[in-house]
Amino acid sequence: MDFLSLMPEWLITHGAAVLVIMPLLLGAITAILPSERLAWFVTLFVTVFGTVTAFAILLVVFGGETQLYKMGGWDPPHGIAYVIDGLNAPIIFLICAMALLTTLYGLKSVVAEVEPKKRAPFYAAFMLGMAGLLGMVVTGDAFNVFVFLEVSSISTYVLVAMGASRDRRALAAAYNYLVLGSIGATFFVIGLGFLYMETGTLNMADIGAILRDLDGGSRVSMVAFGFITVGLGLKLAMFPLHLWLPGAYAHAPSMVTVFLASTATKAALYLMLRFTFTVFDISFAYVFTVLTFIITGLGCAAMLLGSLSAIFQTDARRTLAYSSIAQVGYMLLGVGMLTTMGLTASYVHVLNHAVIKGALFFALGAFWYRYGITRTEDFAGLGKMMPWTMGAFTLGGLSLIGVPFTAGFISKLQLTLAALDRGWEWAVVVIMVSSILAIFYIGRLLLAAYFQSPPEIDGEIVERNEAPLIILIPMWFLALLSVGIGIYYSDFVVQLAQNASDVLLQGDRP
Amino acid sequence: MISAVFENYHYSVVIILMMTGLYVVFSSRNLIKKLVGLSVFQTSVFLLYITIGKVAGGQPPILVEDGHGGGHGDSTDHHAETAMNLLAGGEAKVGGAQHSAEVLYSNPLPHVLILTAIVVGVATLAIGLALVVRIREVYGSIEEDVIADLDHRYNLEGTAD
Repeated sequence: MDFLSLMPEWLITHGAAVLVIMPLLLGAITAILPSERLAWFVTLFVTVFGTVTAFAILLVVFGGETQLYKMGGWDPPHGIAYVIDGLNAPIIFLICAMALLTTLYGLKSVVAEVEPKKRAPFYAAFMLGMAGLLGMVVTGDAFNVFVFLEVSSISTYVLVAMGASRDRRALAAAYNYLVLGSIGATFFVIGLGFLYMETGTLNMADIGAILRDLDGGSRVSMVAFGFITVGLGLKLAMFPLHLWLPGAYAHAPSMVTVFLASTATKAALYLMLRFTFTVFDISFAYVFTVLTFIITGLGCAAMLLGSLSAIFQTDARRTLAYSSIAQVGYMLLGVGMLTTMGLTASYVHVLNHAVIKGALFFALGAFWYRYGITRTEDFAGLGKMMPWTMGAFTLGGLSLIGVPFTAGFISKLQLTLAALDRGWEWAVVVIMVSSILAIFYIGRLLLAAYFQSPPEIDGEIVERNEAPLIILIPMWFLALLSVGIGIYYSDFVVQLAQNASDVLLQGDRP
Repeated sequence: MISAVFENYHYSVVIILMMTGLYVVFSSRNLIKKLVGLSVFQTSVFLLYITIGKVAGGQPPILVEDGHGGGHGDSTDHHAETAMNLLAGGEAKVGGAQHSAEVLYSNPLPHVLILTAIVVGVATLAIGLALVVRIREVYGSIEEDVIADLDHRYNLEGTAD
């Protein structure tokens, strides 16, 4: 609690609003800054400030408190309220911390991948994306969620398209993402319209209370639930709705890929949890049915088919993108169990997967930065060419597989225990099969990197050329963190997840 | 059945537009046509929201002087109350003892929401069109099949032609 006493009081009380407004305002200003270096410093300032504030709020909320911030002093349900509790505080911190790490990484990586005159607008779009993600996680107003969802989505389309100077396929990927993302957001807003018809309010807690009074409501709220689930499913890359993801991850600038992989789908998953458990309730028959039979099934399909597709990709980034789809499957399986243990496991995996995928995509970005490598066949000899980067990649890869003493092991252990607790032995089989498939797609890259010799150009073996320090620092930070969580801090992460699932299953949001 | 359709004809307009838009997005292979479909789809949602705001026989939510002609201080209080009633959304009937006649207001909130959604739709369309322009510059085509074919070859060979 020493850290908290250092923080000024206004930062704690207004933290929820400041977190969103800072990147929004400074992002707009950054767009017209003349110098890219200045733009980078502004971004760094915003992300450091955000991380510190989010950490302070996380500590305040950790004790089980809920922070309610009334925008403009208007009381909910008429005014817009920002609510931070055990469920969204860790996600907020995750978004800010990942933004900080990717900004550090961006200093070199953006210079290599984005055209000079587009760099300041790039940082502007990055900050707007961050503001959008934070906004949709922090707000307690359902329509506000839609607005921030679109703020983050639109800036993400721009960010993905910025990869065009490195790889022209980024344009087509951004276009696909735009079409599918807009359909998803529109489905979500149709669902909100139906909810508003049924309840006459937009405050999430208020909608929840009214729906519980109505005992689930009429067919209108059933339809609303369907639209909202599909809309958010598109955003979080739920299995058959994942088609935008591999392209967007593979062709975006490295910095954007890391940020997207470790925050965007997580924020969408958070929204799904918030809507299914606190706005709707699992005691409603339709919610229960959808989660138990559909979401669980899609989760398992994602785990198997996502991992299987990952094995056959020729592009390493696509491999990891398909792996991300599989990891979303793990999270959905945990949600579908509808038990405290299942939700805890799912939430642990949200946090762990962000750390693991962050490290892996950082490493892939570094391979491109030094040697222009993205294809799996070019991995030959990378263990000798870039030993430190490959080391971080190896730690991340092992963690993704779920080797003991890594973060991935903790989440898979939790998920397996939860499945056994629920009596779903078949789910354990699915988890194991998916993990074995992960050994193949990660192992294929590791084998090539360590057991094949570096390629020869004009008879000379390609020399060792390690990534710069500013790229190695955030990468190794995440790689060591993924091991650290596995060995020392698993209790802390599990406790965070426990708090989150308590919030979900009580549904007592003010 | 038939009468239900006619009583709720505004919903059928919304549904027809929605399905037309979605169908255009999924069926056409031209990038511009897809965006047209997307816009039609989004517009149907604007209509959905606006129709739920309208109350049959209701008036626009414009505050009028109440019939009493009372003091100014009294009326501000009353206005605040009216405003709160309007904000409550579901409450269409406003007024009571202080009003000489019952006034039925339509709900303005869906319009406000949709104003935001229109702005979002415009932004999405603008980004989408900008992307199509860039795609046309780089690929030389806005037909999805051609682009997918070029991308596929790129994926296999690892170089642009």
